[in-house]
Amino acid sequence: MHTFDLSLEHMTKMEGNANLSLKIVDGKVTDVKFSVKEYKRFFTEAMKGKNIVAIPQHLARICGTCSNSHIMCSIEACENALGITPTTQTKILRALMMHGLMIRDHALHLYLFSMPDIFGKDAFLDFDENDPAQHQILHDGFDVKSAGNFLATLIAGRSVHATLPTIGGFLKFPDQTGMDEAIQKLQNIRPAVLRLIEIFKNAPFHFDRKTKYMALVPDDTFGYINGNIVTSSGEKYGEKDFRTHLESTVLPYSQAVGYTYKDEGYMVGALPRVNLAKDKLHPKTKESAAEALSLFPSTDIFYNNLAQAIEILHSVDESIDILSKNKFVPEPLVKPLSDSAAVSAVGVGVIEAPRGTLYHKVILGGDAKVVGGEVVVPTGQNQINIERDIGVLVQKLIDESNSTASDAAPLDKAKIGFEIEKLIRAYDPCMSCAAHFLKVEWEENL
Amino acid sequence: MDKIKIGWFSYSCCEDNTVVMTEVLNDHWQEWKKLFDFRHVRVLKSKNIFDEFDIAFIEGAVASPEQEEEIKDIRNRSKKLVAIGSCAVVGLPAGQRNTFTPEQNQHINFLVARFGALPQVKKVSDIVKVDVEVPGCPMSPEVFLEKVNALVAELRPAV
Repeated sequence: MHTFDLSLEHMTKMEGNANLSLKIVDGKVTDVKFSVKEYKRFFTEAMKGKNIVAIPQHLARICGTCSNSHIMCSIEACENALGITPTTQTKILRALMMHGLMIRDHALHLYLFSMPDIFGKDAFLDFDENDPAQHQILHDGFDVKSAGNFLATLIAGRSVHATLPTIGGFLKFPDQTGMDEAIQKLQNIRPAVLRLIEIFKNAPFHFDRKTKYMALVPDDTFGYINGNIVTSSGEKYGEKDFRTHLESTVLPYSQAVGYTYKDEGYMVGALPRVNLAKDKLHPKTKESAAEALSLFPSTDIFYNNLAQAIEILHSVDESIDILSKNKFVPEPLVKPLSDSAAVSAVGVGVIEAPRGTLYHKVILGGDAKVVGGEVVVPTGQNQINIERDIGVLVQKLIDESNSTASDAAPLDKAKIGFEIEKLIRAYDPCMSCAAHFLKVEWEENL
Repeated sequence: MDKIKIGWFSYSCCEDNTVVMTEVLNDHWQEWKKLFDFRHVRVLKSKNIFDEFDIAFIEGAVASPEQEEEIKDIRNRSKKLVAIGSCAVVGLPAGQRNTFTPEQNQHINFLVARFGALPQVKKVSDIVKVDVEVPGCPMSPEVFLEKVNALVAELRPAV
């Protein structure tokens, strides 16, 4: 029987630097460790002593690609600590900022990271411009990314480490010329997004292992900032329970072997969001993606890619509506209620980042100085699920190999490695974020 | 004309410059496909070749002895070495632990030691000669393009 260790170092086409180690004894997978290969930068320790107004920009630097979601979540936590309620216009601009982020970030993952696997290419840039279908996809990929980048830059100042959103509102407001240009760009990419949905609906990869999932689900329209935390087993945590949920469920488990919910691994991300809230998507999205949406709810991890493609379409449709129906005027930042900044307070922010539910907690110690905080990222929450999926996948590949070849036949480790990378890429992990939060290997290294 | 061999390496950072680079690609991918051999760029491809580079871009600060050795090795293989973004150019914010109070250090020192990290995080020019710097957190796409175009003009005067 096969007995070997398999290590994948420096996995490619994902955010940050990840490693995987596997142990197989007598043909059975006995150990799987998905770990981070990045050095800690100590962002939560570095929060201490900073003025609260600096915290969103500080925590954005945890991760480049997720930076605008860290800014959004941190602003929410800080505003909750300070007792600030944002204006209606601010809420709309924040929704647009998140739509820009989703379009840009999902497009990076789907076109540049995952698409080459489907077409048997090593890199997106290897697609053949002389082949009409591949030529179309190449142009689609960069056009969709570019439109998301434009929207994020228009609303938030930059698509990475946004400069305009802050505690209490925005520092600058989009002009009509920019909004008209954004509408045009979003309308132009809509056919490309429909082609993207079609590609991932028909993609040949599938891996289904029943698991729990969780997402922030809005009461009204599908979105990424408000709502209740809902689980696949029907539990619901309202906004007033977020701190209890974070402190009593998410954080204690994170100190053990990884995030679990009721002793089981769970998944966060686009797949759970579409599973739990597909009925709240934009009407045009529901109409245009009806066939793809009929595949949800699903626990096929490769449909996380399809769910991301559907979310791009929703963000395009929502953004066109919002930009067409609104005018934005300069307004001052909402200030904290009288002296609330001078007293101790705790604020929790919960949003849906591209890769799943993101939690920020800020502890204010008086004089607007921060004394501590916590950040819980999606990839940390998905770690247990990723490891369990890899274990089942590799066991299946070994069993298939045993049934078709003699014991003496060497196992195709390169194929196993590729299958594992493909599966991990479907989760769209972000190791820059996870650098501070994946615990398993650190404990093992003691 | 031989394509210009590119290496893109990320160390201790949030990889914001990598993301900005992939956004710059939106408008420049057609010209860059002809001009550049993306020889070792993990965010773009799996089959990376680590041999020699006309331009090596280093993003991030230097947090461990292994990273120091890798960067020295990359320097030896590269005609031009470019430090990309604030963490590579000035060592911050990735190296923020260098600025911690004794009390903060008490909280983190066991982790720094456990992972064999350097006592102080370094910027790239602490380790090797840097030919070009692109500052910013993240880098500005305009400054990046300006510096890249200048390097292309120097390496391939005929282009």
